[in-house]
Amino acid sequence: MSSTSTNKPSALSRVKGPLLSAALAAMLAVAGTTGAQAQTHGGTLRAIVQPEPPLLMLGLNQQIPTQYVAGKIYESLLTWSPDLKPQPGLARAWHVSEDGKTYTFDLQQGVTWHDGKPFSADDVVFSIDKFLRAVHPRARVIINQFVESVTALAPDKVEIKLKSPFAPFLKSFVSDNMPIVPKHLYDGTDYLNNPNNQKPIGTGPFMFKSWSKGSVIELVRNPNYWQKGKPYLDGIVFSVIPDSASRAVAFERGDVDVLRSGDVDNVDIKRLKALPNVDYTTNGWEMFSQQAYVQMNQRKPPFDNVKVRQAVMYALNRKFIVDNIFFGLGKVSTGPISSKTPFYSADVTQYPYDIKKARALIKESGVDVSKTPVKILAYPYGAAWDRLGEYTRQALQQIGFNVDMEAADAGTWSKRVSDFDFDLTFSFTSQYGDPALGVSRLFLTRNIVKGSAFVNNVGYQNAEADALWDKGATATSDADRKQAYDQVQKILVDQVANGYLFEIENPSLYRAKVHNLVTTAIGLNDTFADVYIDK
Amino acid sequence: MKTLSYFASRLSKAIIVVLGVVILNFLLIRMAPGDPASVMAGEAGASDPAYVEQLRREFGLDKPVYVQLGIYLKGITHLDLGFSYRERVPVLNLILDRLPATLLLMGCAFLFSVALGMLAGVIAARARYEGRRRWLDSTIMSGALLIYATPQFWLALLAVIFFSLTLGWLPPFGMETVASTLTGWARVGDIATHLVLPTISLGCFFMAIYARLTRASMLEVLGMDFIKTARAKGVPVQQIIRRHALRNALLPVITLAGIQLGQMAGGAVLTETVFGWPGIGRLMFDALTARDYQLLLGVFLVTSTMVVVFNLITDLIYRFVDPRIQGS
Repeated sequence: MSSTSTNKPSALSRVKGPLLSAALAAMLAVAGTTGAQAQTHGGTLRAIVQPEPPLLMLGLNQQIPTQYVAGKIYESLLTWSPDLKPQPGLARAWHVSEDGKTYTFDLQQGVTWHDGKPFSADDVVFSIDKFLRAVHPRARVIINQFVESVTALAPDKVEIKLKSPFAPFLKSFVSDNMPIVPKHLYDGTDYLNNPNNQKPIGTGPFMFKSWSKGSVIELVRNPNYWQKGKPYLDGIVFSVIPDSASRAVAFERGDVDVLRSGDVDNVDIKRLKALPNVDYTTNGWEMFSQQAYVQMNQRKPPFDNVKVRQAVMYALNRKFIVDNIFFGLGKVSTGPISSKTPFYSADVTQYPYDIKKARALIKESGVDVSKTPVKILAYPYGAAWDRLGEYTRQALQQIGFNVDMEAADAGTWSKRVSDFDFDLTFSFTSQYGDPALGVSRLFLTRNIVKGSAFVNNVGYQNAEADALWDKGATATSDADRKQAYDQVQKILVDQVANGYLFEIENPSLYRAKVHNLVTTAIGLNDTFADVYIDK
Repeated sequence: MKTLSYFASRLSKAIIVVLGVVILNFLLIRMAPGDPASVMAGEAGASDPAYVEQLRREFGLDKPVYVQLGIYLKGITHLDLGFSYRERVPVLNLILDRLPATLLLMGCAFLFSVALGMLAGVIAARARYEGRRRWLDSTIMSGALLIYATPQFWLALLAVIFFSLTLGWLPPFGMETVASTLTGWARVGDIATHLVLPTISLGCFFMAIYARLTRASMLEVLGMDFIKTARAKGVPVQQIIRRHALRNALLPVITLAGIQLGQMAGGAVLTETVFGWPGIGRLMFDALTARDYQLLLGVFLVTSTMVVVFNLITDLIYRFVDPRIQGS
């Protein structure tokens, strides 16, 4: 996205917001008269939260379950449509300057915090400039690197100046990345130990009611929500059910209405999908577009040899992996950028399953892989990943490798990968709707830093690629960005900087009586302001 | 007085044991790779190392391990079990929140297994002793063997599928109906129905052992001379079983009860996981995977204290049931 093109949607959105809602209202009115179901007020949505989040203060904790629950309590300036266009959130309009360095946001009026205090531009300034900069593990990286100043121009107008253009900057304004937190409760306090962390106060359509640790989190309708008439639900309850088989039973019995991706094992999805009055979607993950990949440590043999890495790509039958290990919930990927993310390019070297070619490449590489034993470090995120490890072991043995498996729990995995103490392991990461936000971090040479997982842990170094990533992030025209990303994808795929496996598809299951569950690119993490249940 | 000094000496030993457990656990946990800061950073999806360092400093993990241990032990002396890094609440609050649920489940499972197990054992022993309904004896014993040999989680899952999914009689998860507004007896009843399945699955294994143990020790006692004398005197079988045999066969059962209580205190993790029971076992598991050191140590402290207390009680009951046992 460039400044000129960001201008377009932003200028448009001033008009588009009200227009769109008017059109929607008209459509609903028509639907109402034709006898179709209209939104009904009332009802409680029953969902599952797993694992139980440690904390619901979204600024301080960004675990996936925290995003799911606290995403109803806190809001950000924007939300995103499934085709990754910005939509109004706490900002009703926004504008990007020609040089891509000044962003102005017009805020919604009449917004109050859950404790009744009015929301204003000061809250936005405090959140971005002080709070998130200090405590948010992801946002602080962007803010510290790019943001020069955040100023309140008026009670409903905020201006953010950047040090240098950063094309995907708007995409960081989603609730899990830049939640807006109340200044009057946090400014000048010890953020981490503020008592309000236990009773989160946001601007969202649902308010925190109670949390019995280990069993249930309850949210209730915010009667003063700034979108008049919303939300439709009286409340949402999130049950804590630690065992996945028990979660499947709870859904089957009708004790819960919604299963989020990961709530049940993929093996159960097919059966639950077939239940009467159950709907199914894989939408609502466009912003995340998770990619699964093999990480091969390039610091030592045998994976320091590019031909060996290419051989691994030919030896893995990725179609088989998707169909049989992940129950068809995925799509084989061609490179580091997901096909659902802008600037994806399919014009790269393909690695079809070809054992002969893999063996030939090993021979060419001159590495005696039987003499350099390799250990597969288990990726501790469920049974499918264990199977993937076992399959990979077999595939590598077929081309002559001497392979062992190592078990790990989440703490061990994260420690060892952060310390570069592994040969081969797996991972998946979210792309956050733009290569500069979710992809480049895995490949930049300057991101080879000990002590953090989900960065460049394999030790890939390429100055040319680095320059292209930087060009892609700071260029202000889409054409320039595309050119940079097209080139970088070619290079990374040729060199197998990572072993790109597949784009993860995340299924959501829900009772057919529940509507509008997934409407945006962040799906179930969104506010649920529009969700309603048939009476 | 003698009992009192016996109790005092046992208590002082118990305190040393608990202290040893805490120190040992403290060191063992530190040997596992990964710390809370790295786990939290991992869960957040990404972060710069400066952030991880900032967390470590805040948690006090930058200090040497022996200093951390000293701080922790000092805290314990005035019941300060530390602060959970993740949940940002004092550890003691978290544990006290969860402890009642575990105690309730344990208590029910304990009563269920002792009562039913002993009853089954006595019936089997009597059937065998009288020599008439031998089939009853073998049925009970085969049943016990089957339960004994079945893994606990498997039994739990089967119970859920049958009673909850197929028949729809009992709720499959939680301690009470989600977001219910029940109070008083209605709430007690609600909790009771939620208790049934976890109680059975937690108690069945020990029930089987009680049955076998009671039967064996009853038969042993029933073979003794004083029983023959009693029978010769014409004491009714009913009375022989209850007064003469059962009372003497009780000691091994009490020993086992002590062991069971100790084991359940730490071993409820599986049951609590399958049934979503908001107890301390589950808390311990979560704390372990998140490397929440303070919380994990707190749970260990509480559970080991429980085991020690149960042992103390068992010893006292021994002396009460059989005055011949001395505290020397």
